[in-house]
Amino acid sequence: MDATILGLLLLDGVQNGVIYGLLALAMVLVFAVTRVILVPIGELMMFAPLSLVWLQEGRLPGTLGLALALGALWALLERGRGRALPLLGGVGLLLLFLLARGSPALAYLAALLLVVYLGVATYRVFFQPMRAASPEGEHRGATVLALLIMAVGLHVAYQGLGLVFFGPEQFRPDPLLQGEVAVGLTWQGVLVLAFALVSAAALYLFFRRSLFGKALLAAAENRVGARLCGIRPEEAGMVAFAIASLMAALSGLLLAPLINAAYFMGFMLGLKAFVAAILGGLVSYPVAFLGAVLVGLFESFTSFYASAYKEALVFLLLVPALFYQSLRAKGVEE
Amino acid sequence: MKRALALVTFLALAALAQGALKVGVVVSATGPAASLGIPERNTFLMLQELLDRQGGVAGRKVEFVILDDASDTTQAVRNTRRLVEEGVVAIIGTTTTPASLGMIPVVAEAKVPMISLAASKDIIHPVDAQRFWVFKTPQTEELMARAIVADMVARGVKTVGYIGFNDAYGEGWARFFEAEAKAKGLQVVASERYNRTDTSVTGQALRILARRPDAVLIGASGTPAVLPQRTLKERGYRGLIYQTHGVANPDFLRVGGKDVEGTLLPAGPILVAEQLPGAFPSKRVALDYIQRYEARYGIGSYSTFGAHAWDAWLILRPALERALKKADPDKDLAAFRAALRDEIEATKGLVATHGVFTFTKEDHLGLRFEDAAVMVRVENGRWKLERVFR
Repeated sequence: MDATILGLLLLDGVQNGVIYGLLALAMVLVFAVTRVILVPIGELMMFAPLSLVWLQEGRLPGTLGLALALGALWALLERGRGRALPLLGGVGLLLLFLLARGSPALAYLAALLLVVYLGVATYRVFFQPMRAASPEGEHRGATVLALLIMAVGLHVAYQGLGLVFFGPEQFRPDPLLQGEVAVGLTWQGVLVLAFALVSAAALYLFFRRSLFGKALLAAAENRVGARLCGIRPEEAGMVAFAIASLMAALSGLLLAPLINAAYFMGFMLGLKAFVAAILGGLVSYPVAFLGAVLVGLFESFTSFYASAYKEALVFLLLVPALFYQSLRAKGVEE
Repeated sequence: MKRALALVTFLALAALAQGALKVGVVVSATGPAASLGIPERNTFLMLQELLDRQGGVAGRKVEFVILDDASDTTQAVRNTRRLVEEGVVAIIGTTTTPASLGMIPVVAEAKVPMISLAASKDIIHPVDAQRFWVFKTPQTEELMARAIVADMVARGVKTVGYIGFNDAYGEGWARFFEAEAKAKGLQVVASERYNRTDTSVTGQALRILARRPDAVLIGASGTPAVLPQRTLKERGYRGLIYQTHGVANPDFLRVGGKDVEGTLLPAGPILVAEQLPGAFPSKRVALDYIQRYEARYGIGSYSTFGAHAWDAWLILRPALERALKKADPDKDLAAFRAALRDEIEATKGLVATHGVFTFTKEDHLGLRFEDAAVMVRVENGRWKLERVFR
């Protein structure tokens, strides 16, 4: 191994790591606020670039139908004035998609908003009722395990729908920025890195400085206490899902030109983000992000030294992480 | 008028008495292998219309009973049982290797001849008590690996690197390719793996580059085969890049774009049928199939996979005609199925779209790579014939 190879492996590891990092941040955020381990985040990520490709070819993607169907269910679940939001959102989305056929700039926006709408609708339709339906009231809600099972089910369903909507082959949208900065680093790669840094910083500012972010943190910390202060946990959950879907969609759109988008792309990305989030104990944002970079680097070096065992070695990282977490835990499980 | 009516009634009764010859077909028309299974199903639909016009085989109606296995082994096995019970004389299918392997015990137990449309050599090798009933039409990895190594030797390649899927497809290619390369004096300097879902193969590419091989073979299929090739080029690899016949579909060219220009791959002759030299055995049959398929489903719609199904029928049809002289399926179905199997095995020098089939007791694929594989190069986003081995 010489310096060039070392450099390229490091660069590759960091580039992959920050993507896992973004997804891991989104996972930690959603878990903190709603106790949902967002397994289908990879699928939400995959829907964005594939919908974009469909729009650029002048076709309406199947994901639009899915979003509108979930939106309709959402509207049914709401009472009174709450219905306005999903209905207006759905109509707006449909109009945007009709306009965006053939307009590249609008297509990006449409794909982005579609995934955000879909993400929020997913929370409202599938996860929030589980909490309300719990016999013990709001204090406990559905267990983490029940929410996890729902999340895994949604992951399988969305991946299957992805296959139906977009077929088994890969697609490659054009990069936003063409060309290469240096060997091993494209401008698109720089864009991904910059986006990761900006969104990490934005999340930090949002939670530390803005009232809304503080409210989210409060809801995550203590649901009853937050409620007493006038913060509705349901709204907090929706906002958390909206932010997570937005991050997933943006990373998907930025990443697709580098790695090709296909219906199966989401699962592995989501799973590796999950490994990173576990390294951070599903609570710490900085540790999760650093853990993700670590996973990326580890992956990059194992693919050089022992490519046949790469995946096995990456997931073996879970063992020491879970072991450490179990030693630290003070025995307070939900 | 009355006479005509009487004649029609008589013919109808005669047809009823004799019954149609049922041929069972299992393909993966849905699920992940659908892009292969759909052209196969379309080919049988087209054949059914053709046979209805011609009045069947040797004066007997032929009916294809087409079932979808949804790319799933369990469903394929269930379909096979159902077909056996419906009294089919033979079974053609299915699209994928695992499901085809699952069907073997069923057809062997029921003693029904089967022609698989899947790739792996394991389906027909070795010809044991169960595989006695099984034949197949697509080329194996072994056969295609032989074509690749022959091409490498002809180009003066001395050292070669391999990177392939970390699954049955990539492992199969690694096994056969590395054995064949060693036998022909090539040095395999790197053997790497990656996953279909991987987003980066930089580590593997760097390892291959560090060994400076003259050529690299990518053992992958479909659009995920583009990633290693692009990564190698981006990192400055200037040697030859080979792919397998698993990429011979338009999606590979669409996603690969200019990154896959100059790729060399072995393929069934039908992929470049128009460019074949006039004396190439498969040329006429392949062009005939393409013309019929495109007339039915549109220009540019044909694929090499549907042609495997066509080949299966090209083999079965003369065997059916010969078997009908030996046994009567209406009186003794078991005897007819056994006679049909023997007649399939007796196929000699049958020219089909993918090569020339000559079955023996030991060889139920019956293709030689000289007739069944040609080297193709990607040029300006199209397949261009590079070399024939005859």
